[in-house]
Amino acid sequence: MSESNSTVSHLDLETPEKPFLDANELVINMGPQHPATHGVLRVILRLDGEKVLGLECVIGYLHRGVEKIGEHRTYAMFNPYVDRMDYVAAVSNGLGYCETVEKLLGAEAPPRAQFVRVILTELNRIASHQLWLGTHALDIGAITPLFYTFRDREEILKIYEKYCGARLTTHAFRIGGLQYETYAGFEKDVRNFLAFFRPKIDEYEELLTTNRIWVERTRNVGVISGQDCIALGVTGPVLRASGVKWDLRKAQPYANYKMFDFEIPIGENGDTYDRYLVRMAEMRQSVRIIQQAVDALPEGPIMAKVPKVIKPPLGEVYHSIEAPKGELGYFIVSDGSTQPYRVRVRPPSFVNLQALDVMCRGQLVADVIAVIGTLDIVLGEVDR
Amino acid sequence: MNQFVHYVQSYLSSNQTPGAAGNMFWALVYILLVFAGLSAAVIAMNWLERKILAHMQVRLGPMRVGPHGLLQPIADALKLLLKEDIMPAEADGFIFWIAPLVVVLAAFTVFVVVPFGPTHAITDMNIGILFMLGVSSLSVLGIVMAGWASNSHYPLIGALRSSAQMVSYEVAMGFAVVSAILMTSLNATGTGTLSMIGIVQAQQAQGEWFIFKFFPIGLIAFFIFAVAMVAETNRAPFDLAEAESELTAGFHTEYSGFRWSLFFLAEYSAMIAVSSIAVTLWLGGWLRPFPNALHGASWDMIFSFFPGATFLLFAVACFYNAVRMPKHPLFRIQTIGLAAFGAVLAAAGLLLFIPAVSSRVQDIFWFSSKVAAFMYLYIWYRGTFPRYRFDQLMQMGWKVLLPMGLGILILTASVALLQQRIWHQ
Repeated sequence: MSESNSTVSHLDLETPEKPFLDANELVINMGPQHPATHGVLRVILRLDGEKVLGLECVIGYLHRGVEKIGEHRTYAMFNPYVDRMDYVAAVSNGLGYCETVEKLLGAEAPPRAQFVRVILTELNRIASHQLWLGTHALDIGAITPLFYTFRDREEILKIYEKYCGARLTTHAFRIGGLQYETYAGFEKDVRNFLAFFRPKIDEYEELLTTNRIWVERTRNVGVISGQDCIALGVTGPVLRASGVKWDLRKAQPYANYKMFDFEIPIGENGDTYDRYLVRMAEMRQSVRIIQQAVDALPEGPIMAKVPKVIKPPLGEVYHSIEAPKGELGYFIVSDGSTQPYRVRVRPPSFVNLQALDVMCRGQLVADVIAVIGTLDIVLGEVDR
Repeated sequence: MNQFVHYVQSYLSSNQTPGAAGNMFWALVYILLVFAGLSAAVIAMNWLERKILAHMQVRLGPMRVGPHGLLQPIADALKLLLKEDIMPAEADGFIFWIAPLVVVLAAFTVFVVVPFGPTHAITDMNIGILFMLGVSSLSVLGIVMAGWASNSHYPLIGALRSSAQMVSYEVAMGFAVVSAILMTSLNATGTGTLSMIGIVQAQQAQGEWFIFKFFPIGLIAFFIFAVAMVAETNRAPFDLAEAESELTAGFHTEYSGFRWSLFFLAEYSAMIAVSSIAVTLWLGGWLRPFPNALHGASWDMIFSFFPGATFLLFAVACFYNAVRMPKHPLFRIQTIGLAAFGAVLAAAGLLLFIPAVSSRVQDIFWFSSKVAAFMYLYIWYRGTFPRYRFDQLMQMGWKVLLPMGLGILILTASVALLQQRIWHQ
């Protein structure tokens, strides 16, 4: 925030106004125990009445030292830990980690594994967006969508449970491919889900998209320009809603996303309503991708030739994927032993959270809640 | 002794409310009845809200305590009573203690003039509606006191929001009410009334509920009131004062246990109170539907079956669900309980078919069912709408509802004048 920090200096982070009539500022501590901070985020708000003069995030209440743990586990042993970062999108975390280690090893998962990975990851994107939609709407006061989204998310979790036995922290992928072949009826389940889910998106939209109160509460709230997003490193739907067409699935295709036909929905104003629309459109695109993947699912092996004991050569690698919340990157340094020398995670939530102050200044307390919801943060990932 | 019996009986033959007749014995009975009825209504509302909301949200709601969770409100009440009485160390003790009492007192006192029937009210005041609006707006005092005495930020913001909101919406509400009161003066003598019973009787005499009067003027006035009353009671989508996701619980964040339950009680009885104002002013109070279109002895008889039939319907619902209960021995007590509850309802229903009983209580039935419809609306709003933001709420109150209310007031007055001067010369 100081002037010396040149990368964000063009952002207007000065206090916008003096308190009205020289009234005292009200400093409010929101969280870490608060119904709408999505976990244990603590926000220190400086208020003038209801108006936000500035805020500061205090994080670390869910810090478990995931990166440090990575230095003391073998490559395969660390795999389940990454699921615990963004626990509502565990499959994406696993995909990112597995692909990073594969890149380090120079291995590549066989085609069938790639397809199954895409199906599960996109299902996970839908599940993550559903959870976001429910909680975001709940924060804004609409309590009903939460139950609709959770009801439908259940169908995705059932597919996970049938596939690997776990519902949330799935540990679905292995370095080099998959451990488990898909169960009998996997494709049918996925197809059934897609048929079931398409009208459900319309149902959510019916509840909210044209709801006057919803539009009033979200339009022009938490506006951030594309330029500011880039300066702050914000990625994912938040960046796209500000009009920047940047999606790693298209920009640096990983897995086998090159093979699928889908669009990148973008917004115009960079406000909360646009972010809502972008995520809704993303769910539809995910359905499209899954449909193509399940139709073209090839037969074949599911595991590449990867040694039992993974000992990557000396070196370092950075690999990032488009997680539901933005760019999820892994930077791994290998010293040639069975354990990574250093694991660094670039979590989308942590970086996106830095935009909270920019988005909230000059707005009202109720908007802070809306913006926290629209950033779609998961504290497990912010704190790691 | 004889004198006392005579005193008690004298009221039964009169056609006045006990308060207006000066009969203290019956006034006391009515006070107890209203108090017990209100408490029962709040308990029922608690269960109904959870159940209806649950079914709107594709879940079941309370199912464990009693059949279909029927005893859940009682279990909750017991839990609240047994909870530790916590008062924050920094709180202003006396004000903290008295705030819930003020709110409850304001919420309960208004029921003194609520007309459940032409003779079924504690008393009939000639300024009844003014009394109701005045006393019900006192509850904002209690809320501000609670927010201030808690000596904590969230309650303070909640209390400020709520006081600003209640004061602003009272203005629009007042205009809508005045428009309805103007309508009461459309009679031969040209004198209106503020008495709650008088207002309903005016609707009876004019043969029209005020919601349909000068269509659509009455409807718009009713609409203004219906919106303002939701804001007035701090309910969704205007529940900013206790906006859970923003202010944790608003003005009652620091309250727990019995003190909290007093706020809860007050909130629900305030909802019932404002709904009964709306029912009295626009929906014909205790009058049964279509008294003019469908009149005559046979229609009267058909409508007199409604109270009993309603209770029988509930009883049938109970029996149906008792039959559907799982046949496992663990569910035996619940099945018996539900069937017994159904039997009680059926007995009450049958009792209501006796003409002597039904003629005395059907006013109460029609009034309560109209109020119940409003209660359902409250729950429906809560399940449907997101919450307004504070500035939007104020905008709506001052920039939309207030001009509308003023316009409606002027329109009502003009049309009433025209009607009397030109059409009925």
